[in-house]
Amino acid sequence: MIDRRFIGWKSEPVVVEVEKGQLRLFAEATGETNLIYFDEEAAKAAGHPSLPAPPTFAFCLFNLAGQPYSYLRLMGVDIACLLHGEQAFEYLAPYYAGDALTLATEIADITTKKNGALDLVEARTDAINQRGQLCVKQRTVLIVRNESKL
Amino acid sequence: MPTRTFGPVTRTILALYAGGSGDHNPIHIDSDFAHSAGQSDVFAHGMLSMAYLAQYISGFASAGGLRSWSVRFIAVTPVNATLTCSAHVIGWDESCGEATLALTVRRTDDGKRTVIGEAVIAP
Repeated sequence: MIDRRFIGWKSEPVVVEVEKGQLRLFAEATGETNLIYFDEEAAKAAGHPSLPAPPTFAFCLFNLAGQPYSYLRLMGVDIACLLHGEQAFEYLAPYYAGDALTLATEIADITTKKNGALDLVEARTDAINQRGQLCVKQRTVLIVRNESKL
Repeated sequence: MPTRTFGPVTRTILALYAGGSGDHNPIHIDSDFAHSAGQSDVFAHGMLSMAYLAQYISGFASAGGLRSWSVRFIAVTPVNATLTCSAHVIGWDESCGEATLALTVRRTDDGKRTVIGEAVIAP
């Protein structure tokens, strides 16, 4: 069982640059066909300053910032026992290749299900661009199986 | 609303998604690791299904018209599964011109639901 003292834990702010090559690889991996996610000229023709980030890319930023699973490691969670339970996004401003986003994560809640077989960790992450605009709010619920063969 | 099918979600796609997303959890890309964790094989990142849903929704929403959304991952997607996205309108806010969609992702082979959710879009 994960120690409840992690409720309210806040990460240090971490800055991640949105890179064109990474956006193109993400678009390729997800089977994207819209050229605005690959071709800067197509993106500009559609009114964007550069390649836009697709809707779910914000989830990747924490990993791409070089801190994958940082709070889970802190909690002593074995990533082999991890499942993604829920994910939510709220979009307030678009962001693009070349932007530098500052991420801050807070552990909003930790609850237990199935008589302690599962811990649910709810994290909230805000991404703010280099002009101080809040771009994306995220809510993530991770499920930790306390018995790996559950 | 028309459905849209994605996949099959091959091992190659899982490897590319691991690199593209920065999520290198071996449970999605290393069969040996998956076996040792008690899984029958690797399974897809939940966020890959959500990325497919985002593309599906972009067929109905205006550019930048996806306002907010949330999903629950209710079953894992085994490697090589084909997925079908579907949606229907469950709400319409006249004052801001936004529709609420109910979203479902199902395995195409057995119809089992893997992801459910809701999205608020400007059509």
